[in-house]
Amino acid sequence: MSESAASASNANANDKMASLLKEAESLKAKLEEERQKLNDVNLSTIAERLEQIAFVNIKPRKVLKGHQAKVLCTDWSPDKRHIISSSQDGRLIIWDAFTTNKEHAVTMPTTWIMACAYAPSGNYVACGGLDNKVTVYPITSDEEMAAKKRTVGTHTSYMSCCIYPNSDQQILTGSGDSTCALWDVESGQLLQSFHGHSGDVMAIDLAPNETGNTFVSGSCDRMAFIWDMRSGHVVQSFEGHQSDVNSVKFHPCGDAIATGSDDSSCRLYDMRADREVAVFAKESIIFGVNSVDFSVSGRLLFAGYNDYTVNLWDTLKSERVCLLYGHENKVSCVQVSPDGTALSTGSWDYTIRVWA
Amino acid sequence: MYDLCTPNKRVTRYLGAYTELSLKAQSAQPQPPPAPSVPQQPHQHQRGNKNEDAPNILVYKKMEAIIEKMQAETGGVAVRTVKAFMSKVPSVFTGADLVAWILKNFDVEDVTEALHFAHLLSSHGYIFPIDDHALTVKNDGTFYRFQTPYFWPSNCWEPENTDYAVYLCKRTMQNKTRLELADYEAENLAKLQKMFSRKWEFIFMQAESQSKVAKKRDKLERKVLDSQERAFWDVHRPMPGCVNTTEIDIKKAYRRGGSSHGTGSAGASVAKNPVEQLTRIITLRKQKLERRTIKVSKAAEALVAYYDQYNEFDYFLTSPELPNPWQTDSTEMWDTEKNSKDVPVRRVKRWAFSLRELLNDAIGRDQFTKFLEKEYSGENLKFWESVQEMKALPQSEIKEAIHKIWQEFLAPDAPCPVNVDSKSVELAREAVNSPNGPNRWCFDVAASHVYHLMKSDSYSRYLRSDMYKDYVNCSRKKIKSIPNLFGVKR
Repeated sequence: MSESAASASNANANDKMASLLKEAESLKAKLEEERQKLNDVNLSTIAERLEQIAFVNIKPRKVLKGHQAKVLCTDWSPDKRHIISSSQDGRLIIWDAFTTNKEHAVTMPTTWIMACAYAPSGNYVACGGLDNKVTVYPITSDEEMAAKKRTVGTHTSYMSCCIYPNSDQQILTGSGDSTCALWDVESGQLLQSFHGHSGDVMAIDLAPNETGNTFVSGSCDRMAFIWDMRSGHVVQSFEGHQSDVNSVKFHPCGDAIATGSDDSSCRLYDMRADREVAVFAKESIIFGVNSVDFSVSGRLLFAGYNDYTVNLWDTLKSERVCLLYGHENKVSCVQVSPDGTALSTGSWDYTIRVWA
Repeated sequence: MYDLCTPNKRVTRYLGAYTELSLKAQSAQPQPPPAPSVPQQPHQHQRGNKNEDAPNILVYKKMEAIIEKMQAETGGVAVRTVKAFMSKVPSVFTGADLVAWILKNFDVEDVTEALHFAHLLSSHGYIFPIDDHALTVKNDGTFYRFQTPYFWPSNCWEPENTDYAVYLCKRTMQNKTRLELADYEAENLAKLQKMFSRKWEFIFMQAESQSKVAKKRDKLERKVLDSQERAFWDVHRPMPGCVNTTEIDIKKAYRRGGSSHGTGSAGASVAKNPVEQLTRIITLRKQKLERRTIKVSKAAEALVAYYDQYNEFDYFLTSPELPNPWQTDSTEMWDTEKNSKDVPVRRVKRWAFSLRELLNDAIGRDQFTKFLEKEYSGENLKFWESVQEMKALPQSEIKEAIHKIWQEFLAPDAPCPVNVDSKSVELAREAVNSPNGPNRWCFDVAASHVYHLMKSDSYSRYLRSDMYKDYVNCSRKKIKSIPNLFGVKR
């Protein structure tokens, strides 16, 4: 008796799944049809009138050595010359990248510090990782930094990324618990939480618009979401990647985003056209992308790969411009400096490099 | 004896697999040994299921497809047996041949990229130099060999130290110079001997029996098998200074529950509920269908236009006025920016791109404030700025700040009233008096209204004003008066 009931409910669940699947597929087809109507021309066709990028003046300029394990995250200081880095060795190092001197080193109670970020004032840094927490340190003397640290927020899984959204007083975090969260630094209060992803959140980026109310997140559910910080809702979603989205970055114009994925491609999604407008991939590129960032004009996309290289893509012509060799292990993070003069790269080879 | 149980099983399995491998390989000389089947043991089976979504599997599969192409009868890399002094070197190819093959068959740019590609295949253990522990490829006559699929990393080997100990121990039993332990291996062996001192006798026995089996094999076959086993350990216990390619991103390992640090994250539980996931996807797709969008051509034009505008500010594409500090080790650029009161014309030019650019520049914002004051509409910018400042405050100060803004700009008797439509004011009033307390975004609608007003009205008038034109001309003159613009240090 109970067995038949169970099988009946099972059949019910299967029916429901089947109908949901059908609906999702028909919506997808309809959506593709609708978007196709507006897909009148390729971005690269429009960009034909631009001259080819013949040469990019970029060379390795600095090597920052001091971590004793994989570098997992770096962030440029607003002063354009300092870099903070976090590593699997459980240390947070503040570098004067220009002189390559280490100015501060703080040891965290956990290893695998997956994320770190400078506050807009340059006076604080936030970091966290496998401890599931985001911790804030004032930048003073080493001893004081460790003494004055404060835990601001806690997730139920690792914290994979964090940024300060235009204020020292708030921190936005993404986590392996598949949520993002906005925290009040002073009180540790959760101001807003963002539910919607069905996989670990790997990366977030703040929209460069005047209000700073929107941000983008990339996740292991292969999606990128645009969120409204005020409501906590997804306002736009982008699919297309075949594997984890490891990195997301806003185009400097604020109307497009770039993503990097384990499927070894980078993609450009335009928010106005609400669709993918370019794919950056090559047959000979088979390793995953960990991190992407734009140059000031949005023409160049720097992408750090698991194959130890950084590829420079011409975002408008969808061509690769050149390759940067130098790292001896996976490139975990890339970031253009605030004034756009340099590119920093962090790697599993324990080093951080500055290119210009 | 009791604690020897575990290694016993594992090593036997290993040995069994090894014997099987040798049988299959015999018929295949001098071609590289074909794939022996992975031993069908329950333990391996479980692993097989987990393999599908193991973090590196995607890239392993891609590399294996390439290796299969390389091993193809026609159009592959030529594998041969080379006669050397007094002996033969079976189943090898040269680095030069390999690099040439990659250049011919892949869309790589140049020899450097082809070599890098070959290096990656090697460091993951798919091809290896026949007598070097460093898994890398040189573009010359050095000999390389293919790894047997049995040892491919996609089988998710996580070999234990006991296995490694047996292997090293076995090597010491083969009195051939080519098999002598490298210094680091000898050190490892010493460490392992200490670690497993209680079961060393057992490890030694295992090594001995494996060594006996090996001695019965054909000479050439042994050469191949020995080198493949060595390459396997070069991947899993790499020589100091070499990358261990089997290490995985902790985030990915954590998620799949395959890490000692945790048993999967919360995200995984959502993913396990397919109904919820599908419902979510359906909602998102519906939302997307309702969205009004523009043509791709329009979006593309906008992206190209943005580049046109910002091209000259992109340091990677256009040389800056002052030398890039990172390229010249001169901080002149930063110093002038900080200390000089003169604003370069390039910077002033940017103010005309958008109101955001103007407000992002402290001097630009200052100029615009002065302009608005002259126009008697300074309160708009003041209101907008106050709202942005309030949003950046700690939660504890929000309530007071909101009250102040309301009193100053929006209340019926506000001393500094802003020109906002009644609807936005009403929305703000509701938000301010909300029973849950006002939140930091309560003036957002009003603020964005004011922003658009400034953008469409005051900002365009500012750009047309003599004030802006004078400023541009002024900075232009100053620039011209500075001799040697690009510095002498170059």
